[in-house]
Amino acid sequence: MTAMTTGAAGFAARYAGLRDQLPGARIAAVAALRAAGATHFGATGFPTRRAEAWKYTDLASIAQSAFAEPLIAIDAAVVLPPETGATRAVFVDGRLRPDLSSHAGSVGADPAAATSGIADPALPMVALNAMLFEDGVLLDLPAGTDGGTFDLVSATDAQAVAFHPRHVIRLGAGATLLLIERNTSAPGVGVLHNPVFEIDLGAGARLTHLRLNTEAPEAFHLATIAVRCAAGATYDSFALNLGAKITRNEMHVALNGIGAAAHLNGAQLLDGARVCDTSTYLDHAAPGCASRQTYKTVLAGRSRGVFQGKILVRQIAQKTDGYQMNQSLLLSEEAEMDCKPQLEIYADDVKCSHGATIGALDEEALFFLRSRGIPKDEARILLVEAFVQDAIAQMPEEPARDAVRAVLARSWKAA
Amino acid sequence: MLRIENLHVDVEGKRILHGLSMTVPSGEVHAIMGPNGSGKSTLSYVLAGRGGYDVIEGTATFDGQDLLAMEPEERAAAGVFLAFQSPVELPGVGNATFLRTALNAIRRGRGESEYDAMQFLKIVRGKMAALGMKDEMLKRGVNEGFSGGEKKRNEMLQMALLAPKIAILDETDSGLDIDALKLVADTVTAMRGPAFSALVITHYQRLLDHIVPDRVHVLSAGRIITSGGPDLALKLEAEGYAGVVKAAA
Repeated sequence: MTAMTTGAAGFAARYAGLRDQLPGARIAAVAALRAAGATHFGATGFPTRRAEAWKYTDLASIAQSAFAEPLIAIDAAVVLPPETGATRAVFVDGRLRPDLSSHAGSVGADPAAATSGIADPALPMVALNAMLFEDGVLLDLPAGTDGGTFDLVSATDAQAVAFHPRHVIRLGAGATLLLIERNTSAPGVGVLHNPVFEIDLGAGARLTHLRLNTEAPEAFHLATIAVRCAAGATYDSFALNLGAKITRNEMHVALNGIGAAAHLNGAQLLDGARVCDTSTYLDHAAPGCASRQTYKTVLAGRSRGVFQGKILVRQIAQKTDGYQMNQSLLLSEEAEMDCKPQLEIYADDVKCSHGATIGALDEEALFFLRSRGIPKDEARILLVEAFVQDAIAQMPEEPARDAVRAVLARSWKAA
Repeated sequence: MLRIENLHVDVEGKRILHGLSMTVPSGEVHAIMGPNGSGKSTLSYVLAGRGGYDVIEGTATFDGQDLLAMEPEERAAAGVFLAFQSPVELPGVGNATFLRTALNAIRRGRGESEYDAMQFLKIVRGKMAALGMKDEMLKRGVNEGFSGGEKKRNEMLQMALLAPKIAILDETDSGLDIDALKLVADTVTAMRGPAFSALVITHYQRLLDHIVPDRVHVLSAGRIITSGGPDLALKLEAEGYAGVVKAAA
């Protein structure tokens, strides 16, 4: 019988029982990372809404759920997204499946890679991840190389597993990569996917990171993405959230070198009682850096969207150019959007702006389309897609835009 | 045939149309002229099915179908087309996607096969050439950043593509220069035939120099107060609305 885990105490007990078998148990730095995680998570547990950073997103349903242990491997058939011809790493229940992958580098085989400290070990979900991570992609691009497109696939088998992948991505100076993350999960099963990304971009490196989240409506997705950018590096990200009962995309981007840039964009289409929380923390720690954020949220049913965007401009970060835009479309009276921009500026020569709009579908636009013979539902889809297009258009590369549009089109057809 | 009988319409609780009656037989072009606030736009919107217009009394039928009971898209499928006074801009909705979606929806409604992208492009390019529109306007968002004249051209393109049985032109001439005005007139004139009728709603007579109507109706305070031939428009231009309204009273 599969042992089940529930709540912070359950995860603590599981760590206590497994720590000698987890990858890196005999590497002091890894053991220390896990022990620190256990201490932090032991103190906070699953954060509640009393914690400022979690004010709008309630994790009680996760804290009360029972999750299976992925250590007991079950070789069930998994449904994978179609092959794209790109280099591919497939993780099932958080573990690399070499038989399905064309990329071999993994944190499971080299757990010391997880000790960079790029992700703040005191964050509750990072701490839980540190305690229990087993695997993750390890991607090292040497300076000056073009890594092309890399598919990072996450799938689950039929169990309600909790898994905590730790992905480490390092681009040397001037290296470039298009990373397409495709997160899926078995239908009808409430998995907890708690990935932590540690991304280190060397001088002038450029990473485009797409996150295509199409997990089952029962799934929980709590992701932390921590990025460090050296001078002139660019981190370009787009998250498309179409699945999961509760999603949190927490992004911490440190612009540490002169002229670094971060573009954080995303769109979520929410229905039912789903919750999607995007929390971004941009640390302008060097002069002349730019950050641009455009997030679009479409809310139907009783769904709830959250956007928290903090921009910190340190005193040294003169000539900072920061921009943040959050736009939401409410399709139902019962849906709710919470939006909290937060600017903290210590430099005096900066350009920083933020904006938020929340509105309904434009009745005049809807009538115009219908007056041309387009049925109401089709007209609504055209307008919702148009609303989301704006965020997709922020991405400079056509293949990236196409990948997002393809998933979006499939999801609309299925709906 | 469009038949309107004793139509009373409220907007936000205020009576705008007070028992309007008129008939536009198939194959004819009728003009409605009237001063500001007489109910011209209300009439066009209520016929096209826009929300917020409460029909208190009366009927409007098109070829025997009860227009007022139909959804806007059903009216379009039945052959009703409204050319808007100020067409909306739809950033992010590609003009080509919009036109093809609309044309295919209408064709579905008529039981005709849908056009694929290639067939559609061939047809739309032909219509655009006739209207002096550049290909580039297909790639932009619907009316996005279009000038007033370009928006009206786009309206005429939609009318030409969708081939309605009746076109209602709601002050399509407002703000147009003479070239654009002629273009609107030429598009309507080209469509004239036994199966096409038009209701040209205008404040000024000048459009009617180019689209010569079969009949002219004068709308005042929510009802038709007098009707006549094309020379009624000239009389209005010469004497102003005040004289005609007074004479009819």
